[in-house]
Amino acid sequence: MVQEIELKKISKNEWKIEKQGAMKVPVVVYASEKLLKKIKEDITLEQIKNVAMLPGIVKHAICLPDAHQGYGFPIGGVAAFDLDEGIISPGGVGYDINCGVRLLASNLTIKDIEKKKKEVIEKLFKAVPSGVGRGGATKLSHDEVKQVLEQGAKWAVKEGYGTKEDLERIEDGGCISDADANNVSDRAIVRGLPQLGSLGAGNHFLEIQEVEEIYDKEIARVFGIKEKGQITVMIHCGSRGLGHQVASDYIKLMEDKYGWSNLPDRELINAPINSELGRKYFSAMAAAANFGFANRHMIMQWVRETMSGIFSGIKLDLIYDVAHNIAKIEEFNVDGKKMKLCIHRKGATRAFGPGRKELPEIYRKTGQPVLLPGSMGTASYLLVGTEKAEEVSFASTAHGAGRVSSRNAALRNLRGETVKKELEREGIEIKAGSWKSIAEEAPQAYKDIDEVAKVSHEVGIGNLVAKLKPIAVMKG
Amino acid sequence: MMKFKFLEHTADTKFQAFGSTIEKAFENSALALKEAIAGKIKIKDKVKKTFIVEGKDKERILYNFLEEILFLLDAEGFILNKAKCKFLNENKLKVEVWGDSAKNYKFTNEVKAVTYNEMFVKKEKKNKFICQVVLDT
Repeated sequence: MVQEIELKKISKNEWKIEKQGAMKVPVVVYASEKLLKKIKEDITLEQIKNVAMLPGIVKHAICLPDAHQGYGFPIGGVAAFDLDEGIISPGGVGYDINCGVRLLASNLTIKDIEKKKKEVIEKLFKAVPSGVGRGGATKLSHDEVKQVLEQGAKWAVKEGYGTKEDLERIEDGGCISDADANNVSDRAIVRGLPQLGSLGAGNHFLEIQEVEEIYDKEIARVFGIKEKGQITVMIHCGSRGLGHQVASDYIKLMEDKYGWSNLPDRELINAPINSELGRKYFSAMAAAANFGFANRHMIMQWVRETMSGIFSGIKLDLIYDVAHNIAKIEEFNVDGKKMKLCIHRKGATRAFGPGRKELPEIYRKTGQPVLLPGSMGTASYLLVGTEKAEEVSFASTAHGAGRVSSRNAALRNLRGETVKKELEREGIEIKAGSWKSIAEEAPQAYKDIDEVAKVSHEVGIGNLVAKLKPIAVMKG
Repeated sequence: MMKFKFLEHTADTKFQAFGSTIEKAFENSALALKEAIAGKIKIKDKVKKTFIVEGKDKERILYNFLEEILFLLDAEGFILNKAKCKFLNENKLKVEVWGDSAKNYKFTNEVKAVTYNEMFVKKEKKNKFICQVVLDT
């Protein structure tokens, strides 16, 4: 079923699909030969070609090094749309709105924690709710949830989670002001209500890491990474059922209003950005994103409390929090012209370089921290956004490893017990809801994150700052 | 006849469910969704729920039906064991589901959403209906 798509090699890590047929713009793929081979194994390229056919798309559609087949839009894809003629698509954001990552730098080193790894992960597992069909630790009223939706992490701080100082170290300050809770259905709120403050399951995780390598000392220092062996904590999760329901609701509303007969895939359903429904979706998506920021903020607080109970004098400073499933209105130079565009990042991380007004003072000289979570058992990367990314990829780079094989294949070929043993041999403690979830998320099922990070660096759309090695992982 | 089978999909979960009637194919789609969430764990029939889903075509009805099962899990902590479907008219499906409180079990495979990606409901031949679904997992 995979058809041959003609790719023109531009440079070592850059490929192009020329505009053809109904495509309005070309496609650019950032990948090494090795990653491209994987990308070609499924229908990723066909899907990104479909994206290039959508109304109002500007310049080019982009496939990042970790791209793989999604539904409608591929995962690891970026598309920018003109605000007057363009569209906004829930499928271009993904169901898990504001699925994202946050990274904390501690003042501990590996020596402090080595012997306590097991205790740490056991206690975190108790403190942070996770799994499927299980709620979070908070009971909120309907009205309070509306506050969460409109204030995001700011609400969390008001309620005693984290501090004000944390807020500037979150994309959009942890609160997207375009959010309007009135455009989020009651059904979405009811679905999200029991889940605020929970990690979920699947590929989401909480991880204790050790700084294994520092590539750029100066920038690392600004980000709070001082030395090899320093301990960091990474949280990867999203807006839970609330975000999923928002996506689902608007897919149906858009289908009713605009139909899909002219679309190559029903999942590409969309609405003009400049329409009532388009604007409503944008404000509901922003509300779900705020829920995601609040969710990670709460989890961070429990991590801080739990670890303070084990290590006296511990400090856990937020480095940054990034959203990797989101649509944003941002300004870019396109062919010498300043344009406000709606950037869809689905499985893609914003990578603003130095000088952007959206960045907080502390990172305005360096560019923003970019977080690439690995899979369970493989390294994660801390990168920095660049001016080059703004020029070529609408300030976007990869979002992690990206799967290479299905969960079913992983289950057929791997046993959770074996995977756990292998990880322990490498010094990685793991605590998960079940053996099955360990097998499904095994490192073998993912792309080579080292290669993904390397390509991002070589292309210059997200430069290497530090490599983080997991030492203890908690999964739902 | 096989009730359902899972197909290869890089990141998500794709299945086809079969039935001698369209209702049976829908019921077996629910079983596939249950397996995607809970694996082979046996769920008890302790609670029964009834609901109606509507849609302007069969795919939309299937989407809404499966989405309701995810909704019940997230909002009410209900995990389904089996479903019974009956079309009241072309656009209206009556559903009865039996299952239990999710808290009584341990499963960790989060299904985020039902998608329209590659979805179809079709009659292959007399007495054989197929539903194909990709789940965002």
